[in-house]
Amino acid sequence: MTPEMEFKVSPSPHLWRGRSTSKIMYLTLLALLLPTAAGIYFFGYRALLVILVSVSFAVLTEVLVKKLRGRPFVMDGSAIITGLLLALVLPPTIPLWMVAVGSVFSIAIVKEAFGGLGHNIFNPVLGGRAFLTACFSVEMTTWIKPMGFAADAIITTTPLGENFVWSWRWAARLDLYKDMFLGDTAGSIGTTSALLILIGGGILLALKLIDWRVPLAFVGTVAVLSLVMGADPILQMLAGGLMLGAFFMATDPVTSPITHRGRIIFAVGCGVLTIIIRRFGGMPEGVYYAILFMNAVTPLIDRYVKVRPFGFQKAVQSAT
Amino acid sequence: MNIRLDKKSLRYGVELPQNKLMAQSPIELAPLPEMVTIPLEENVGAASETLVNKGDKVLTGQKITDSDEFDSVPMHATVSGEVTSITTAINPSTGQAMKVIAITSDGEDKWVELQPCPNPEAISSEEILKAVREAGVVDADGITSLAHVKLLPPKDKKIDTVILNGYEWEPYVTSDHRVMLEYGEKVLSGLNIMKKVLSPVNVYVAIGDNKEDAMDSLEELIVKAGYDFKITPIKAGYPLGDEKTLIKTVVNREVLIGGLAADVGVVVYNVSTAKAIHEAIYEGKPYIERVVTVTGTVGNPKNLLVRFGTPVKNLIEYCGGITEEGSEVIIGGPMTGISQFDPDSPIFSDTNCVLVKVSQPIMDMDCISCGHCIEVCPMKLMPTLYPKYVKVGRYNECATAYIDICTECGVCAYTCPANIPIVQYVRVAKKELSRRMGKE
Repeated sequence: MTPEMEFKVSPSPHLWRGRSTSKIMYLTLLALLLPTAAGIYFFGYRALLVILVSVSFAVLTEVLVKKLRGRPFVMDGSAIITGLLLALVLPPTIPLWMVAVGSVFSIAIVKEAFGGLGHNIFNPVLGGRAFLTACFSVEMTTWIKPMGFAADAIITTTPLGENFVWSWRWAARLDLYKDMFLGDTAGSIGTTSALLILIGGGILLALKLIDWRVPLAFVGTVAVLSLVMGADPILQMLAGGLMLGAFFMATDPVTSPITHRGRIIFAVGCGVLTIIIRRFGGMPEGVYYAILFMNAVTPLIDRYVKVRPFGFQKAVQSAT
Repeated sequence: MNIRLDKKSLRYGVELPQNKLMAQSPIELAPLPEMVTIPLEENVGAASETLVNKGDKVLTGQKITDSDEFDSVPMHATVSGEVTSITTAINPSTGQAMKVIAITSDGEDKWVELQPCPNPEAISSEEILKAVREAGVVDADGITSLAHVKLLPPKDKKIDTVILNGYEWEPYVTSDHRVMLEYGEKVLSGLNIMKKVLSPVNVYVAIGDNKEDAMDSLEELIVKAGYDFKITPIKAGYPLGDEKTLIKTVVNREVLIGGLAADVGVVVYNVSTAKAIHEAIYEGKPYIERVVTVTGTVGNPKNLLVRFGTPVKNLIEYCGGITEEGSEVIIGGPMTGISQFDPDSPIFSDTNCVLVKVSQPIMDMDCISCGHCIEVCPMKLMPTLYPKYVKVGRYNECATAYIDICTECGVCAYTCPANIPIVQYVRVAKKELSRRMGKE
């Protein structure tokens, strides 16, 4: 060692686990590829186009807005996830320019205007979807039968739009369950196949990227409440965006509470609101608005639901 | 009778890569440094008066400071030679100025005459306390408590458990492990002295399950000497070496916020302290050296027996020098150790390791509220809050979020996806809060 040698310094700890934000994003993206593949399989070229437009506009908007804000653009994968998830919750027949509008709104307004990744209050995907529903309600509620790569699309309704949904006659719909489980039904691009979403969600759980409490409490609440209200719980669980919402949206760390208990409150709230909107609301599907509402409540939950520090309760007792 | 109890495991924290490369490497004697710097305020005790002047000749083990306070310990010269200066230097772990005595070695290592206690087997508690204080034993518990003060708990607290901490929680560090293997008899004898003074019901030796050989050898020694000690194996994980989590794991008692281990009837000592207490009583030897693991990107990593005050550069040179460009020199382990900017930073009584490691840049990105830091925090705090509060200057809210019980173990920052240096923010907040407290 030479006397003039300089040492580097850094704060402790000097070890890092190395699972960075962008690594988490790309792993999530990997899990998302499964429902994406199902969407392309069932809805063909049209789905692929919607996905490509949504993702590319999301990333471009992120680059542009970062430039306008004078912040460095980091390719952390979060814009790709936002773009992809937005495409997955859109109907396959939506005009592509509307997709672009939704994608730009998601990134520029819902995410970046609030300060970017980590600072947004609302899930950008759901914010973008709500915006599109408000502006283009007809296009956002036109559904087609899964036709794969065949040319002609047949307009139909989603299972949630059927008039038997809120009746007790639900015993013998095994065929319908099977179609909904596999994804061979009308709906948004990436939400129809419960099976592939469950596998993707399973990957997220196995990698400990999401908290198991959220999907369990969310889907569980929906099942229990539909039973109570006399609806078919299996249909309610498989229908609409519930599975995708429970595994990929309600688990978004940024817009959901930070504590375990807070997350359970959040997920149960999502479940209750979903059923209320589905049963009494003006539209058949309530998952997306339910999560958006609960996003708004998240800062409040985080304010009041805290962790009990080591040695806390007894300290209070001994003081009084 | 079964000496080894069931394995206990830690309920929080993370599993870290162990990297305990030096576990099988025997302790070597570090060469005597040509100069030592002995910090006068290195422990929590009251300030002492200097007994030597510049130019004085001192012998190894000679007292150089002392005070009349019970709550303080004398310091000793760690080499023989001449006092070259009494000055201020920068404290390597806090960055604050501290008073030091610098001694230039004459290379002969002439010791003062050691005075062992005449009859160690029949010694009274008062005499033990006196001898331990005289030897200047400081417990390596992370906060440099004084060993003899811990032996005299407040009158109203009944101590029923003594835990000897051989857990050694940090990666890379193997000094306590080697002490248990090579000085097992001294460690257990020291523990027996503590038992004599504190008269607890239970005495546990807590050892990480990654140190099977240390458990075996101590078990054998306990049987041979007929001690009434139990060995508690603990599943290796991090963090679990600080008093509160160790007590919770071993005897399942929770120390209150602002409370002491003695409140729940427990005293915890480090294994090296037990060895030092044995040496103080049986050999009359002052506490002037300890085992330090020198590891990482050095040519020839070793476990060394080092005199206090030895400059860190001497150890690195002796171990073959730094082998990688861009390395940082850390005093302590990789999780809680402090990077040094000064090659002359002295080894303290709580230095268990000198780690040389290639420096990693810190990114400090935006928090994505994933909550991992909350899941792993052993004190069950919400570490994510502290950087957010500090960035906007809301220090008082750090205080209401119980920042004072944070042990700065570093698991939060280790696990953080955004690579936020949470511990550094905690230090900033604690410092600002204590500054405000001082003003009020």
